[in-house]
Amino acid sequence: MSKKIKNGPLQVLFWIALIVIWQLVSLVYGPEILPGPIYTAKGGYELLMDGTLLQYIGISSYRVLLGWTLGSLVAVPIGIIIGKVGFIRIFAEPFLNFIRFIPPIAFITLFLVWFGIGETSKVMLIMYATFFIVILNTFTGVLSVEEDKIRSARSMGASEWQIVVHVIIPATVPYIFTGIRLAMGTSFMAIIGAEMIASNEGVGYLIWNSRLFFRTDWIFVGLICLGLMGFLTDRAVGLLGRRMLARYGVVSTTSLKR
Amino acid sequence: MGAVTRPNEIYIERLNKSYSQQQTAGDLHYIIQDVDLVVKGGEFFVLLGPSGCGKSTLLSLIAGFVSKTSGHLRVGEKEVDRPGQDRAVVFPQADSSLFPWLTVRENVEFGLRMKRIPAARRKEISDRFIGMVGLKGHENKFPRELSGGMKQRVQLARVLSNDPGILLMDEPFGALDAMTRRTMQRELVKIWQETDKTVIFVTHDIQEALLLGGRIGIMSAGPSSRITDIYEVPLSYPRDLAAPEFHELYNRIQAHFDE
Repeated sequence: MSKKIKNGPLQVLFWIALIVIWQLVSLVYGPEILPGPIYTAKGGYELLMDGTLLQYIGISSYRVLLGWTLGSLVAVPIGIIIGKVGFIRIFAEPFLNFIRFIPPIAFITLFLVWFGIGETSKVMLIMYATFFIVILNTFTGVLSVEEDKIRSARSMGASEWQIVVHVIIPATVPYIFTGIRLAMGTSFMAIIGAEMIASNEGVGYLIWNSRLFFRTDWIFVGLICLGLMGFLTDRAVGLLGRRMLARYGVVSTTSLKR
Repeated sequence: MGAVTRPNEIYIERLNKSYSQQQTAGDLHYIIQDVDLVVKGGEFFVLLGPSGCGKSTLLSLIAGFVSKTSGHLRVGEKEVDRPGQDRAVVFPQADSSLFPWLTVRENVEFGLRMKRIPAARRKEISDRFIGMVGLKGHENKFPRELSGGMKQRVQLARVLSNDPGILLMDEPFGALDAMTRRTMQRELVKIWQETDKTVIFVTHDIQEALLLGGRIGIMSAGPSSRITDIYEVPLSYPRDLAAPEFHELYNRIQAHFDE
């Protein structure tokens, strides 16, 4: 508790110092190369007033949340099946470890060809970005369920199906949760790439399009928005997990609480 | 023979277990070899032996977790080929076998829930066994909030609530401090006397074996370990550590492991 009280002012001081340094460095290089905080704030205000900023944040968030939710919903059951069925795992594991090294952005052109230039291709791309991380984490979780738990359930009369529902899934919840939380990060990377290349809306589009007008301050606005969006969604997911899944052993991972 | 077999009797005849793949005779590395044993219904039988001698393997065979290589293994009239509710297992580590996402009561009611026993009846049963193991008042705690001894009590209550005929206990008090251990040993004897279960209790502690067992089977060091001797313990419960008979038996058993 006492640590938390000391941390508060230090945190504020840290951010103020960061902004001051940013301002000082920007004075050296000039606003075209490195727009300072004041310049960036002005640019941000401009974008806020004409409505584009909120609209772009909204559209990017919507794409990420939709693709991430759908991807997770599909990935969790598949991960459990892969973890549970050794025969499937023999084939699935090398394939998963092959495909997870192909970043979503590499698929953009193909996804545009397959799913069109509309929202579908973007949401599918986020699903792809989410999918493999969640599957890998889920089946790792299934594999690390202690044999003693399964054995004791079995000798207490649980059927194989009951063991999956009442032992394996609850024991895997922390792994699933870590997986979907990590997937949020890759989803943001994927959506920015997709919006830069194939969209005329969204934060990625804003960052990419600003180069046409040499508005480096708008680029900074976009970057800061991304950081904030990621930070806030991660906190929200973390908080939700801690509130709803505490009994399954999902703990707070914010270092401040340690 | 001839008498009606009680469902909680265990017959083991020339039981072998090998984990090696090649089935060519003579080349098999046996963990346990040619084990013969009859455990009567309601008996408290202790398996005593050095670490790594295959005591736990024998217990896993009786539990049905692993399958035998050859020989006979019957519980009641039935050949063992899978885990069953007639044989409950208390594991050495409570942390790996309890369900940490369930409260004490939910852990104890787990088997009953799997059998879809109505909630009111479940509560009745779990109340009884939570009381029996001395955890009254801790029903709504999670395992992580309990001490090691209390967790083993939860394990015990959890298996008892399924009313198994046989309790298979694998060094359940090995991880506990000496004081808690003594208490648990005393209470286990009491619970055994109240419930008329067959108990097979694995330990490497001679004193523990003598405090608990009606008979003690000595297992030789592995590989290819077997039950070499069986001691009757003609002492009444609760056992007196200071009694000369206790000492005498202790020394006789100790002599086995000194060679």
